[in-house]
Amino acid sequence: MDPAIRFANVSQVFGGPSNGRLTALHELTFDVRRHEFVAVLGPSGCGKSTVLRLTAGLIFPSAGRIDIYGMKVVEPRDEIGIVFQRPVLLPWFDVLGNVTFPMRHRYGRVTSAEVNRARDLLDLVGLADFAGHRVDQLSGGMQQRVAIARALLLDPDILLMDEPFSALDALTRDEMGFELLRIWSAQPKTLLFITHSIPEAVLLADRILVMTSRPGSIRESLDVPLARPRSLATLSEPAFQDLTSHIRKELLARPRIH
Amino acid sequence: MRAPASTDRSGRPAARAHRLIGAVLRRAASPLTFVLLLGVWELACRQFNIPTFILPPPSMIVASVTELEPTRWFGHIWATLRVAILGYLASTAISIPLALALAASPILSRTLFPILVVVQSTPVVAVAPIIVVMLGHADLPRVVITFLITFFPIVVATATGLLATPREMIDLSRSLRAGTAREMLHIRLPYAVPYLFSALRISTTLAIIGAVVAEFVAAEQGLGYLIFFSTSFFKVPQAFAALTLLVALSLCFFRAVTLLQGFLFPWSLSGEQR
Repeated sequence: MDPAIRFANVSQVFGGPSNGRLTALHELTFDVRRHEFVAVLGPSGCGKSTVLRLTAGLIFPSAGRIDIYGMKVVEPRDEIGIVFQRPVLLPWFDVLGNVTFPMRHRYGRVTSAEVNRARDLLDLVGLADFAGHRVDQLSGGMQQRVAIARALLLDPDILLMDEPFSALDALTRDEMGFELLRIWSAQPKTLLFITHSIPEAVLLADRILVMTSRPGSIRESLDVPLARPRSLATLSEPAFQDLTSHIRKELLARPRIH
Repeated sequence: MRAPASTDRSGRPAARAHRLIGAVLRRAASPLTFVLLLGVWELACRQFNIPTFILPPPSMIVASVTELEPTRWFGHIWATLRVAILGYLASTAISIPLALALAASPILSRTLFPILVVVQSTPVVAVAPIIVVMLGHADLPRVVITFLITFFPIVVATATGLLATPREMIDLSRSLRAGTAREMLHIRLPYAVPYLFSALRISTTLAIIGAVVAEFVAAEQGLGYLIFFSTSFFKVPQAFAALTLLVALSLCFFRAVTLLQGFLFPWSLSGEQR
């Protein structure tokens, strides 16, 4: 079976000869299996978000090829849902309206079946009682929960998450990590999770692609040898500590100019 | 916003009375200052025997209202309001599609925008007599003058709002392959609503100014005309009365637009405006 996501020698160059070229990605090659949780980990400016936008079909590579289930990406696809760094909720809809928005936006109407599905998803992300709330009444963590429910509405097979918890405070961030694992086990998806947090990547993912910058490239692909389900206790396992310190050394070993 | 529960504060009568006075003062501070200023004005006029054609006291301004029959006053108010509202509506009706066109097409934006800036840079007061000559003495030239003074902020603010839509919202739309029409309708236009309404509020005041400027040039009725007419006969109290009405009109117009925004798009008002 074809992998869910395949990058083959993908390079991305921004700008032209006149305004200074920037090689954002250089020769990226990796596969993501169906229902695998892969974290893309790297310092800011290494092109992590470019990987996400390429996978989503929002931009196209300068060289190389990206396949989703063996088909070349030429436009955004229905089997992909996206959660952005900021919740990007629309204040002109209430919480329920934001969750059903993909349906309204894609097909122009929302049936009662989708409204029920949206309510189930709100229940899944723990916001069953907030369907009628204005989005600006919710905390940052709750807003990101709504964004996750919205991304799940059209039942995508692949979920792309671009540093989804990086704007949250540390406690909420940890809580949301475990929440994501719970949601992921309830609704298995192929998950491409962009992050710059080493512990977050190790705690959540099956596999970590460690990226280095200028130009962005993959330095290592590391399997995470931690059993599921993971919990707070996982954080104190030796394997967790070994892997985080290994990655930290890897990333700090490279001279960086920032 | 929920009001804080009354039990969480100190219940001592003295403290309560203190808070009550504080609350009343906060609410009444602005009207009180206003009344105080009027009092000082009245006293100063009487004390220093200021000639009424230089500065009439407030009591005289109020009294001057009776010199004209109510129907005449309403005639003047309606003449000004009619022109202001028609010009304002024309301006809104033209500005929003224009802003959509500017935001949608870089070529249009490059060609049209400089022309808009030139139009905006032309002093409307200076063009007003020319427009009256071109368009005659009916409402039309006055509406056009009002339009010219109000449309620019609406176009610019709306186009800014349409283009300021965060990239992630656009990415969200594009990832759903909804097409540019729905992107405009579901995302860019709602996003521009607060921008549009802040310009619409500014333009209410401009619309009254436009109507008055037009009446100064050529009119037989209207509050601006009345000021012009009264002062030429040294009826300064009457001019002040007309001026006060203009201010009231302007404030009501402003408030009406804010209320309309709250009615149509309650989500777009910040807590303070609500």
